[in-house]
Amino acid sequence: MSENFPSTTAHQTRLQTPLGRVRQNGSAKSGTHHWWMQRVTSVALLPLMLWFTFGLASRAGAPYEEMARWVGKPFNAVLMLLLIGIGFYHTAGGLQVVIEDYIRPERNAMAAGLLIRGACWILGLLAALSVLRLAVAA
Amino acid sequence: MAENHHDAREATMVGRRTDGTLVRRPLSPHLQVYDMLQMTSLTSIMHRFTGSAWSVGLFFFVWWIVALASGPEAYANVQWFMGSFIGVILLFGLTAVVWYHTLAGVRHLYWDAGHGYDIPTTYRTGWAVFIGTGALTVLTWIVAAIAWAS
Repeated sequence: MSENFPSTTAHQTRLQTPLGRVRQNGSAKSGTHHWWMQRVTSVALLPLMLWFTFGLASRAGAPYEEMARWVGKPFNAVLMLLLIGIGFYHTAGGLQVVIEDYIRPERNAMAAGLLIRGACWILGLLAALSVLRLAVAA
Repeated sequence: MAENHHDAREATMVGRRTDGTLVRRPLSPHLQVYDMLQMTSLTSIMHRFTGSAWSVGLFFFVWWIVALASGPEAYANVQWFMGSFIGVILLFGLTAVVWYHTLAGVRHLYWDAGHGYDIPTTYRTGWAVFIGTGALTVLTWIVAAIAWAS
């Protein structure tokens, strides 16, 4: 396959597009999946983040009952669950890239990545369960 | 390079300029290699920093929502902390971090769509991210202050 590419020595990074990789013998199944999902989740998080930030800011100092009622409303609870699920997915993916870039040797990067993923699952499920409890109790 | 496994600069992009000279540079934002007073490097590392800082902020988010579901006693602890000096500083910092990462994220999506790669535009959008972060952070806290007072 190498004759199809501009001449590069073995240690050089090929400045080859993902589509080029897919059309050749590269990773055609999940090569751009991680990159693409970071973009998809970032687009989804944009309106969710605006809603949450101003929703919270406009209730600064609100008493417990008011806050619990706000999160527990069906529509708000659904948005919160989306924010939690998509937010932790985006967080795990983003931190994974940071870890892979800076942590050596590779086994340490892998261990750190698994740790992050585990923490994201635990914290995400904790938060989601809390929202469900507020939504169902009300 | 091979003997130093802990150097992030090991992950280098090796290529050639159009005149054929060799170029080696890190693939990732790097504090010691790139000039941090350049808009391009500064906004790049800041996006990583704010993303990582936001992850730490998630701990406080989870604490808040779990306390809210646990009841008024647990929630009173969160309210006490968030109302304290350290809590307010933390929340203010997180607000700035969140706005920066959001605006810089939009800038990245703009790049992904294939626009704004030239240096003048990169500097303009970079300034827009910084100024926008300041403006929206202040706006968020004005909204919070009005809510707090009423």
